[in-house]
Amino acid sequence: MIKMTINDRQVQVDASATVLQAARKIGIDIPTLCHLELDCFEVEHRMGSCRVCVVEIEGRPNLAPACCTPVLEGMVVRTNTMRAINARRTILDLLLSDHPKDCLTCEKNGNCNLQELAGELGLHRILYSGEMSNYPVDLANESIVRDLNKCIMCRRCETACNTMQTVGILSGVRRGFEAVVAPSEERPLSDTKCVFCGQCVAACPVGALSAMNRTYDVWRALNDPDKTVVVQTAPAVRVAVGEEFGLEPGTIATGKLVAALRHLGFDKVFDTDFAADLTIMEETTELIGRLKKSENLPILTSCCPGWVKFFEHQFPGLIHIPSTAKSPQQMFGAVAKSYYAEKIGVQPENLVVVSVMPCLAKKYEASREEFSRNGVRDVDIVISTRELASMCKEAGVVFEHLEDEDFDRPLGESSGAGVIFGASGGVLEAALRTTADWLAGEDLSNLDFVEVRGMKGIRDATVTVAGMELKVAISSGLGNARRLLESIQKGEAEYHAIEIMACPGGCLNGGGQPYIHGDTKILEKRRQAIYREDANKPVRKSHLNPDIQKLYQEFLGEPGSPRAHELLHTKYNPRNNF
Amino acid sequence: MTKNRVRPTGPIGSDGVINQEPKKRQELADYMSGLNLGDDRDRNRGFLIQCLHKAQELFGYLPESVQLFVADRLGLHLSEVYGVISFYSYFTTVPVGRYRINVCMGTACFVRGADRVLEEFKRHLGIDDGETSENGKFSLGGLRCVGACSLAPVVMVNDKVYGNVAPDKVPDIINDCQ
Repeated sequence: MIKMTINDRQVQVDASATVLQAARKIGIDIPTLCHLELDCFEVEHRMGSCRVCVVEIEGRPNLAPACCTPVLEGMVVRTNTMRAINARRTILDLLLSDHPKDCLTCEKNGNCNLQELAGELGLHRILYSGEMSNYPVDLANESIVRDLNKCIMCRRCETACNTMQTVGILSGVRRGFEAVVAPSEERPLSDTKCVFCGQCVAACPVGALSAMNRTYDVWRALNDPDKTVVVQTAPAVRVAVGEEFGLEPGTIATGKLVAALRHLGFDKVFDTDFAADLTIMEETTELIGRLKKSENLPILTSCCPGWVKFFEHQFPGLIHIPSTAKSPQQMFGAVAKSYYAEKIGVQPENLVVVSVMPCLAKKYEASREEFSRNGVRDVDIVISTRELASMCKEAGVVFEHLEDEDFDRPLGESSGAGVIFGASGGVLEAALRTTADWLAGEDLSNLDFVEVRGMKGIRDATVTVAGMELKVAISSGLGNARRLLESIQKGEAEYHAIEIMACPGGCLNGGGQPYIHGDTKILEKRRQAIYREDANKPVRKSHLNPDIQKLYQEFLGEPGSPRAHELLHTKYNPRNNF
Repeated sequence: MTKNRVRPTGPIGSDGVINQEPKKRQELADYMSGLNLGDDRDRNRGFLIQCLHKAQELFGYLPESVQLFVADRLGLHLSEVYGVISFYSYFTTVPVGRYRINVCMGTACFVRGADRVLEEFKRHLGIDDGETSENGKFSLGGLRCVGACSLAPVVMVNDKVYGNVAPDKVPDIINDCQ
């Protein structure tokens, strides 16, 4: 520990701290822009490139960036001198001189750190004008829009893509005024091994990276008298959407969410959790099959489209080990356009399936060729949690005051096992609940596998199911997935089953969720909410979901049947690794 | 000093240059295996620039397939390699002419009229800064200080240095390129 002075106040901090951390410890805020820390995932982005956090340090002639200046014994810092504040204002002014300033129509309006900073620093006019960047906007993929005219070169996206996710498609290119963050040869994302996880969008402090907005397509479908429009909502949406309306992080807003979707005009409000239960039926059947034959192990989960594209590019040699089960989103689409369409007597092309997802990769997933039949997509439109919130606001739905409502049946009935898909470790726990029951041949009362829960990037456990010791591992964040897979390839670790999610912490931290602006405590609250929702459910095992049982009786036959395979399973394609 | 913004068409690396020139490919591979490379990508990154120099010396430019070859052997992402290439004006991703005419745009040369010299080259060759003539003979560019300020303005053609270049000397320099 060292002692130092900030604005005449004494502070004791760890010798490894930065001036910024020391100041925040005693409640002094220093504005930042390029800086990003996600403590629970050990992500530190301290480039010091924007210089917005400059402070005066006694004995030093130049202003120092607080975010990357280490503390020293006896250091005397002033954060609010005229000189520091004026420097910040000039820096911001210069940043804004090459910024489109179209805040009113920007996708990040209200969620932009640059906009916020201009307000905080009381910038009343922009002094400088000059050359403006002019880059074409990359709209060539389903998930992510890149508008580099708004880029401020903080390079947070690079840390998210290269360091955290190890996807590695972004780099600072060119120099001087022309410098920008881009893939190699400044190609569009669609040409690259981008997995569309959207963590770059979550990291971007401005509107340079944003989600492809599909709300207009939803409005058009809802207003088309020839279409029946149904909606599915993913598990992680219900524990985060409330934040967009000022509800406490960690509020379970399932009932309000259902009510809001009815207000918007969806004909039926269903639940992706139903399809999550279905995924467990198929995946567990596959797991038990492989365990009995002791072949093709470990089985890897395949619910996460970012992870699926990641292994197609980066681990094509392992393409045979992930489960062939489709993700819950796509299982829902396939069942809706066959079983449900038949039940209500609507042609698949007149049934519009909309998904509300915490994820941007789901937008890309729904567009994959293998998820269409006879030219009709299984899932027609995918919107994110944020897009749903904006639709509610557009339509004047006062979300926070809505009375709770229930999902429609049959595709809205779900178990607690379906809910926990939204947190890292949840898919595996759901599968273990069913595996244990099926192997033991009874309804076991011990169904909480708490050892697989948590936020840590790589976790493993040995669980006993029906007298059998299963070695399982969980990883979230693609950098962690890479480390885990490499240890398996080197023969350093052996497992029976592994769950992998592309986003650190799982879907609750998806690229389509309300922005957390570096506040990872919000994620922990969402995580606890998911497990609370699970604990409150009357049915907590996928195979005991009555509407799942009925679906198999009426339509699919047995789990793993030819019909189930045709509708609920998929295959993977090796892709270029560059 | 704008570099060409020619984005390759087709999938990544489909220019195939690396495989059309097996001898050069082998030479590059031999050069790289002579380096003390390991599994540590952060350490390997230190070898990137010299590998790119060698590759450009062999192939004349750095098309995507050559970048990929280098990236692969160093265990780096293609984007990192491109980031370095696009940063340094020396590296080029498009073929350059047999005669690379570079006008020094450093401070000393600039104040002594290098911009007018560059304009004159553009007019005579019918190409812009950063472009290559259609017959592949000339490419034109500006560069930063070459350290010969006493001779300002300076023009370099490949490795040859011309000093005290007035605009009316431009046709002679072009005629020298035979």
